[in-house]
Amino acid sequence: MNWTLALPELVLSVCGLAILVFGVIPKKDTSLACTMAVIAAFVGTGVLILSQQKGTAFGGQYVADDFSAFMKLLALAAAAFSLLLALDWNEKEKLNRFEFPILVLFSTVGMMVMISANDLMSLYLGLELLSLPLYVLAAFDRDNPRSAEAGLKYFILGSLASGMMLYGSSLVYGFAGTTNFDRLADALSAEAGVTAGVIVGIVFVIAALAFKLAAVPFHMWTPDVYEGAPTTVTAFFASAPKVATVALLVRVLTDPFGEVVSQWQQIVVLTAILSMLLGAFAAIGQKNVKRLMAYSSIGHVGFILMGLAVGGEAGLRGVVVYLAIYIAMNIGAFAVLVAMRRNGRAVEAVDDLAGLGRTDPAMALAMAIFMFSMAGIPPLAGFFAKIYVLLPAIEQGFWTMAVIGVLSSVVSAYYYLRIVKVMYFDAPVAGFDVRPAGVSVVLAGTGLFTLFFFLFPAMLLDAARHAVAAIIG
Amino acid sequence: MNAAGFPILSLVTFLPLVGVLIIMMVRGDEAVVASNARWTALWTSLVTFLLSLILWAQFDKTTADYQFVEQVSWLPDFGIGYIMGVDGISVLFVLLSTLLTPLCILASWTSVQNRVREYMIAFLILETMMVGMFCALDFMLFYIFFEAVLIPMFLIIGIWGGPRRVYASYKFFLYTLLGSVLMLLAIIALWFQAGTTSIPELSEFDIPFNMQVWMFLAFFASFAVKVPMWPVHTWLPDAHVEAPTAGSVILAGVLLKMGAYGFLRFSIPLLPEASAYFAPFIYVLSIVAVVYTSLVALAQQDMKKLIAYSSVAHMGIVTLGIFTFNQQGIEGALFTMLSHGVVSGALFLCVGVVYDRLHTREIARYGGVAKVMPGYAMVFMLFTMASIALPGTAGFPGEFLVILGAWAVNPWIALGAATGMVLGACYMLTLYRGVAFGKITKDDVRALLDMEAREYAIFAPLIVLALWMGIYPQSFLSFFSVTVAQMVQQHQAAIGAASRLAGL
Repeated sequence: MNWTLALPELVLSVCGLAILVFGVIPKKDTSLACTMAVIAAFVGTGVLILSQQKGTAFGGQYVADDFSAFMKLLALAAAAFSLLLALDWNEKEKLNRFEFPILVLFSTVGMMVMISANDLMSLYLGLELLSLPLYVLAAFDRDNPRSAEAGLKYFILGSLASGMMLYGSSLVYGFAGTTNFDRLADALSAEAGVTAGVIVGIVFVIAALAFKLAAVPFHMWTPDVYEGAPTTVTAFFASAPKVATVALLVRVLTDPFGEVVSQWQQIVVLTAILSMLLGAFAAIGQKNVKRLMAYSSIGHVGFILMGLAVGGEAGLRGVVVYLAIYIAMNIGAFAVLVAMRRNGRAVEAVDDLAGLGRTDPAMALAMAIFMFSMAGIPPLAGFFAKIYVLLPAIEQGFWTMAVIGVLSSVVSAYYYLRIVKVMYFDAPVAGFDVRPAGVSVVLAGTGLFTLFFFLFPAMLLDAARHAVAAIIG
Repeated sequence: MNAAGFPILSLVTFLPLVGVLIIMMVRGDEAVVASNARWTALWTSLVTFLLSLILWAQFDKTTADYQFVEQVSWLPDFGIGYIMGVDGISVLFVLLSTLLTPLCILASWTSVQNRVREYMIAFLILETMMVGMFCALDFMLFYIFFEAVLIPMFLIIGIWGGPRRVYASYKFFLYTLLGSVLMLLAIIALWFQAGTTSIPELSEFDIPFNMQVWMFLAFFASFAVKVPMWPVHTWLPDAHVEAPTAGSVILAGVLLKMGAYGFLRFSIPLLPEASAYFAPFIYVLSIVAVVYTSLVALAQQDMKKLIAYSSVAHMGIVTLGIFTFNQQGIEGALFTMLSHGVVSGALFLCVGVVYDRLHTREIARYGGVAKVMPGYAMVFMLFTMASIALPGTAGFPGEFLVILGAWAVNPWIALGAATGMVLGACYMLTLYRGVAFGKITKDDVRALLDMEAREYAIFAPLIVLALWMGIYPQSFLSFFSVTVAQMVQQHQAAIGAASRLAGL
């Protein structure tokens, strides 16, 4: 048994416990020190992942390969950036409690377990470890009724999804006789075909993961939770957990359930189409930026699912590339949302951005880059993300899905343009408060990446190819 | 390496971005920044223009091959390269773009007073995208430039435009984006068929007819909106009316040519049979565009709107010429595109001159301008005549060649195109009479000052070109006659092969 494979997760967990102790003991405010310590722990874990060996451990429950390494690094980066954004915001909102970074840390450990899961049991463990801190984080602003409502809503619907996950897993176990992904793959590829029970189980598992991913028709919680939760928590929700869930979905659907692709493909196609359409149309009327971003994220999840539905080496590479670019754009956009603060109070209406082109040209430029990129206008990164998903979709003849995808991206261009319009065409209202340094760092990093991705596409593409090769095998 | 000895096309394409970088680094109070931005933008675009003149001098007119070709591998996994090059069809449009940009910057010298820095940056980025689009020899690269044009143009219309700028900019953006994304799917499908997106390699590739039909429709969705052809032209009058003067000039001068260029570069060489199959459809749309929009132009009260509708009519002549598939028709179409770029650009500048003084574009607000602004009246007259296609001005050779080409296909089509010329004279002369002649009834018109030196400097190169193109068109036709001849020959060969196959 090779337990050293799980060293990154172990180290991160121990760091989490140590930071917890460190946070409790002093009498004064330790939130800043804890945040920095957690970010340092993330960096250290990232280094460990880079030097990690490949293989399976814990009786086949845990797998470490190029795919898991790529996804874990992405999730760690997303979590670290979210913490960076939270630093100043939480202090101003009086949320600067040391538990915040620690909850993010444990949620991230859950993500890593999920990404490395090679068994329905470890999958469930990871999913729960991911979700429980998220419920707390959603309600973190506990004196604010909307935040409490968001937490409760997320918790109830999240438990429902967990229940579906367990029920699906038990069905799969009952009919296939194992929970291990490798043995499941063997069992499902047997000559005799698969029983209806396994298929029902797969559908339940997919539904539970679609819930975490906020794909239509399991998206209802997203706008409310995104709007109600503190902005920094929303920034975290919209990035890192999506990485883990997509990674898991990719692994589950290609590894154990890859043999029964014909059984689940239509479900994913339908979910992808519905998500893209809903993401395009429902966001049009939104006045709250966070709600708008929630619907926008549903639309992007639709595109990611398009790549997953197509499958194969090219399709999965599309998923990975899209995910990475989407995370960068999304964190950048949320950095702007975090900086939306006027006279010491956070504001979150689209109209509050009016005239940002005058009052803060640099931030407006960055936001415009993210919006055009999310709309898929070349030469920004979002265009390439869409291309890498559309290429395999058309190669495999998924014309309906591809046409609906591009048309919905035109519709969604409308609301992305609205933000650009508000920033540049409308008369300025009073400027925002001074932009915190953490926001500037995140904006510069993600903005430059989004703008200049076309110059160096090969780096991300090669990494994505290695990652996918590991899972396709 | 190419004839110039250095990567001239990339240099011409990306040099404006150097200007953008310099403008971005300027610090100081608003007036200093504005003046710095103006001068930097002007000099950058002038240097770009001078550099692009090397293309004029060194272009080999005796071959139909791509020249000044540069090739760098870019997305090797997908066989998508960074390939630049020009042939007879595209080289003059590169020059047109680099010529119009400094003129536009000069034209905005005093009329744009707020956010000058952003304005100049938008124009320089726009120039990069336009030039890059005409130079791109890879379909995906072409698409990237083609789409990226939307961003600066959206901002130019939306920030510095008129009262309904938001509506106009949205309409412009979404209309063109909708058409383009369908083309993107067609490009991807083409890539899977041929395994490359390099245009020279694609043109060797045969596409099955039923696929050609679908791809033609997808390309059509994109290019027809961009041209714009009737009935998807409605974004154009709105965009023109709301855009600032320089934005209108670029829109009419270069952006409208992108659609027609796309037809010539992609639809006809890659999809010869589908093009022939859909040609009657295009004829009908073109004739409707010519006659209908000319009539609409006749009824306009707004100077810019009138010229915008006249642009749709002229572009109808262009699409008609392209789909005649003969030497005269296509040469005429190319020539009309160039002359329209110069003439309509100049007409919008003419509108800008009086708009800057009175801040209205309503024809009825003027009258008798010729008495107080004789120099202006002279210039305006020249371009009015050129737009009517008076022999000896830039408009004539192109339209004449198109009518010749159309006659060879079907005399009735030629008749339709010729009607457009008659109607063109009606609306342009109405416009000119309304603005320049008649009694001066308004005091503010009586107080108008004639053009200043800066304005003459803007018009001087356009006047020279308008006359040069009319009096000695050969110096322009010679650039593309070999390329067009080869294109026509290849088209006929492809159609011949297809009909032989059908006959078997």
